[in-house]
Amino acid sequence: MNLQDLQIVAPELIVLIMACSLLMLDLFLSPQRRGILHLVSILTMALAAIITLRGHPALEATGTVMAFADTVIRDGMGDLLKVFAYLTMILVFVYSRHYLKQFNMYRGEFYSLAMFALLGAMVLISAANLITVYMGLELMALSLYAMVALKRDDRRSSEAAMKYFILGSMASGFLLYGMSMVYGATGSLQISEISIAAAEQGSDNMILVFGLIFMVVAMAFKFGLVPFHMWVPDLYEGAPAPVVLFISSMPKLAAFAMAIRLLQDGLSSLHHDWQGMLIVVAVLSIVLGNLAALAQQNIKRMLAYSTISHMGFVMLGLLSGTAAGFGASMFYVITYALMSAGAFGVVIFMSSKGVEAENLSDYRGMNQRNPWFAAMFAAFMLSMAGIPVFVGFFAKWLVIQAVVDAGLIWLALLAVVFSVIGGYYYLRVIKIMYFDKAKDETPIQVPSDFRAVLSVNALLMLVLGIFSAPLIAACMAVF
Amino acid sequence: MTTSLPLLSILIWLPLLGAVVVLLAGNQRPALARWLALLVASVTLLLSLQLWTGFDSTTAAMQFTELKAWIPVFNVNYHLGVDGFSMPLILLTTIFGVLVIVAGWEVIKDRVHQYMAAFLVLQAALTGVFAALDGLLFYVFFEAMLVPMFLLIGVWGGPNRVYAAVKFFLYTFLGSVFMLIGLIYLYLQSGSFNILEWHDLGLSMTEQKWIFLGMLAAFAVKIPMWPVHTWLPDAHVEAPTGGSIILAAVMLKVGGYGFIRFSLPITPDASNMLDWVVIGLSLIAVVYIGFVALVQTDMKKLIAYSSITHMGFVTLGLFIAFSIFRASPDGFGAAMGVEGAMMQMISHGFISGALFFVVGVLYDRMHSRDIADYGGVANVMPWFTMFAVLFFMANAGLPGTSGFVGEFMVILASFNASIWIAFFATFTLILGAAYNLWLVKRVFFGEVKNENVSRLRDINSREVFILTVLAVAVLTIGLYPQPLLNVMHVSVEHLLQQITQTKII
Repeated sequence: MNLQDLQIVAPELIVLIMACSLLMLDLFLSPQRRGILHLVSILTMALAAIITLRGHPALEATGTVMAFADTVIRDGMGDLLKVFAYLTMILVFVYSRHYLKQFNMYRGEFYSLAMFALLGAMVLISAANLITVYMGLELMALSLYAMVALKRDDRRSSEAAMKYFILGSMASGFLLYGMSMVYGATGSLQISEISIAAAEQGSDNMILVFGLIFMVVAMAFKFGLVPFHMWVPDLYEGAPAPVVLFISSMPKLAAFAMAIRLLQDGLSSLHHDWQGMLIVVAVLSIVLGNLAALAQQNIKRMLAYSTISHMGFVMLGLLSGTAAGFGASMFYVITYALMSAGAFGVVIFMSSKGVEAENLSDYRGMNQRNPWFAAMFAAFMLSMAGIPVFVGFFAKWLVIQAVVDAGLIWLALLAVVFSVIGGYYYLRVIKIMYFDKAKDETPIQVPSDFRAVLSVNALLMLVLGIFSAPLIAACMAVF
Repeated sequence: MTTSLPLLSILIWLPLLGAVVVLLAGNQRPALARWLALLVASVTLLLSLQLWTGFDSTTAAMQFTELKAWIPVFNVNYHLGVDGFSMPLILLTTIFGVLVIVAGWEVIKDRVHQYMAAFLVLQAALTGVFAALDGLLFYVFFEAMLVPMFLLIGVWGGPNRVYAAVKFFLYTFLGSVFMLIGLIYLYLQSGSFNILEWHDLGLSMTEQKWIFLGMLAAFAVKIPMWPVHTWLPDAHVEAPTGGSIILAAVMLKVGGYGFIRFSLPITPDASNMLDWVVIGLSLIAVVYIGFVALVQTDMKKLIAYSSITHMGFVTLGLFIAFSIFRASPDGFGAAMGVEGAMMQMISHGFISGALFFVVGVLYDRMHSRDIADYGGVANVMPWFTMFAVLFFMANAGLPGTSGFVGEFMVILASFNASIWIAFFATFTLILGAAYNLWLVKRVFFGEVKNENVSRLRDINSREVFILTVLAVAVLTIGLYPQPLLNVMHVSVEHLLQQITQTKII
């Protein structure tokens, strides 16, 4: 380790230092002044974003730069994902604050745990070695387990935490098992060396393919893909709303990076094998996610199933195995994180004290109670449904194009048909907000900071749609 | 010819901007919202007249073109332009953009600003559809128009509005996603989303067939053709008057326009091979739906079904060209079929818009669309009846009205293809006369049927304005269609040239 290495991981260092400082700072702050934690967290994200965006001299020259004996990689894809991770973190912090205050969770733990989870995600995004992958994944997962259990006196929250923890540990076990097989087959933990060894052996090596299967299973669990999705609806329903918001957005970026590092960087020579596996999970996720969402009355469960189907769509780009496909998936996952953050921002607000909305029917007549709020939520729903000119459409277009390009037209047909079916439950939300009469007509007051950020978030759905070219180009350029 | 002013962009973006401003007027100031919306729509209409005056009808090339890179990575461009097909349709859109706002003037009392803004957004999307020369841009506008229409039906519609709105949305959405895959496939083959490049793209028969079917799914739902028409009566019945007007007058034309812009020139060989499918479905629409219209008891439903039969003429006129060319290589009459289809679209826009407004006028006063509730309206509303009878006659294809021109041209053209096709197409004259005249007899003539009817008041100046505009349009096109035909003639010849050249490689 030398100074050179530290410079490469400067964004991670900042997040690490600040996460630890927040823990300490919390001890010395009186409860009335916890707003400082909030501000410091947001500023940290902004600082990290600046440091990440400043890049690294070597990065411009070669596109990638390695650190810590080649176990950490910094490249364009990682930087882009990290920047959007910070952005979603800021959204999470702003949306969560009022809820946390009301439910007596406005403490340093939430912020430092979220920071540690981010750190884990960043390590995972930058992993160039199987050990680093595992380390990042576990750091993220352990922080998330604790966050789910933050409302520790709440039965549903504890149940969700237990479920998530047990299933999550199992997935980690699978991952380790898969990694050990890959190590056995290739003799290295270094992803670049695995890639070379795997190219020599190909899919004839049974142990290698077996290891791949286990790794795909662990990955599918982290994405929440069918048939490894069981934890998703329960977690979304049981965990505190801000934590759900967090889990539904930022970790998806990390999961995507993990898929790219393991499947593309490591085992691209086995593309044929993992393509088949991903097709299965993608089809199951899109079909089951959309169908099950139709039947939900609880908005969080509905969004849980919708997440499952969206992650199925992300797989479509990945499984095509082309650079355009990876770029498409990345665009999808980034925009999904923003979309999901916004949608859950609305849900958080609606489930805070004084409103307590859990079910879809509680959104009745929202257009009468607060037209602005209804319009924001409608924008997120339309974007998720993939209606132009919202950004969700462009994401769907790109992944479907990747699939058609890969010659899998049947898969594209299936995906679009199910996106129409999915359209129904998003429309239902709009129908409830706009067409139905409100049960009680009291206007809903929204705090100004919340209002401003949510407006920007919803506007982003539109702006990223109309002016999607720069982000699409950025996503395509890193592969 | 290009003008220095990006006219088409203005026609798209001005209403959008206007919609934002109208929304900002808020719920408390309905009058302001109305006047703002009217102002924006009127300015847009005035600007759009430049399309007509500046149009060069001696070339089939795209005019008023604009080209800017949109998503360069995938060669997607913000590419606009009009030819003899799209220019009249854009004018139709801007004219109705004003009329629907006037039509909803006093009638809509609830959330006026949102209502007006929805219409402006809808107008922008419709203009965009007709002006787009980029496949993805077209699709974006094609889908974007669903949202305001969905809200219009769902928020300001009748008792069964939710069902109708969702059905409308999902039907169209399902059709269009198949087209999206077709567009993506065309991009992957050609490396561009430029529609004009697709016109010259060589494609094998199998490819053409699948692309044709994908596009058929989208446009057949939109226009709509039997058997995917069932959303239309529901949507029409539940939509507010303004929604019905724009739906019938302009939105259905998107389907016909899609055939002209995509199916025919991009997949001519598949269209040639599968033309019997479209012709068969068109004839079913003409004959069977004609009978269905005859038995309707709801006025709006009756007009909705009559729209479907008239749209059957559009698809018939477009696809009859292939059998004409098969029958005689000089293709005598093919141009007449396509021009007849275009005339039918424009004319049906005015007539059906007027008819839905006529029903709206009655509905505003009686809150019923049931034919049985009316009778003898002529006695209490003489002025109104004069207009109404004119439009119902035009709907039946009375010579001298615009309804006659398109139908007559299509029937004449189909004689050149097959006497049997012409025979079935002529059914519309009998059936159309039957259901229109019978409705007129039951609603307008005879004794005043009940007290409610006797209390009806005749139309006010706002309603007279709308009806007069539409009546003038219907009669002008009916008596002197030549200027309109001149505008499209060269484009039609160009299209016929495209569809007679095989693209199989």
